[in-house]
Amino acid sequence: MIRTSVQAEAFDAAAELAALGGDGDAGALVSFTGLVRGEPGSTLELQHYPGMTERQLDAIAGEAAERFAVLRGRVIHRYGLLHPGDAIVFVAVASPHRGDAFDAARFLMDWLKTKAPFWKRETRPDGTAHWVEAQAADNEAAALWD
Amino acid sequence: MKLNILYFAATRDTVGMDGETRDFPAGVATVADVLAALEREGEQYRAAFAEPSCLRFALDQVFVGIDAPVRDGAELGIFPPVTGG
Repeated sequence: MIRTSVQAEAFDAAAELAALGGDGDAGALVSFTGLVRGEPGSTLELQHYPGMTERQLDAIAGEAAERFAVLRGRVIHRYGLLHPGDAIVFVAVASPHRGDAFDAARFLMDWLKTKAPFWKRETRPDGTAHWVEAQAADNEAAALWD
Repeated sequence: MKLNILYFAATRDTVGMDGETRDFPAGVATVADVLAALEREGEQYRAAFAEPSCLRFALDQVFVGIDAPVRDGAELGIFPPVTGG
């Protein structure tokens, strides 16, 4: 069971991890935290497609649970106004063995980058703003799981 | 045929609205037909849809291709490639 959330609020990665450990069934707990990159004074606005975002995250989580031995998992993606250094996305997977935990966490991130309807708009310190362009490398990473 | 259309990100900025509910004439059968019909309505649509290969589409919140058939009452999302994560 991989629980997913779309939220504006910050999350507590340590508390999320502690909740996934279990009582001895898991031998591996892998997590990834994505941080906002940018120069000081810049901001990042995350827009998303309410409704579809939740559906896509659940579909991606379901696919990960089908492909890998996942005991428990967690996906959190934030939206709204963020600043450099803020945690924007969190993925964690508890598995019996490390291979599945590493693979499932990477799979979740790779699919999320290309299949979850979020868009980033960066505003520089001088006030100019632009929508972030999709990266070909993200599509290539996601395609490796096809 | 009535569609509830939602725009996101740069597409939303160029079209100039979050979304709209519109009636389309008979013969509008696919996402591509919807784009063509809208492009006849104004310059903001022609600018937003100038490069269809740089657009993505969702029908009732599921990704579809530009040739997907549309049905009465559907929700159609039109937006650029996603950049989350």
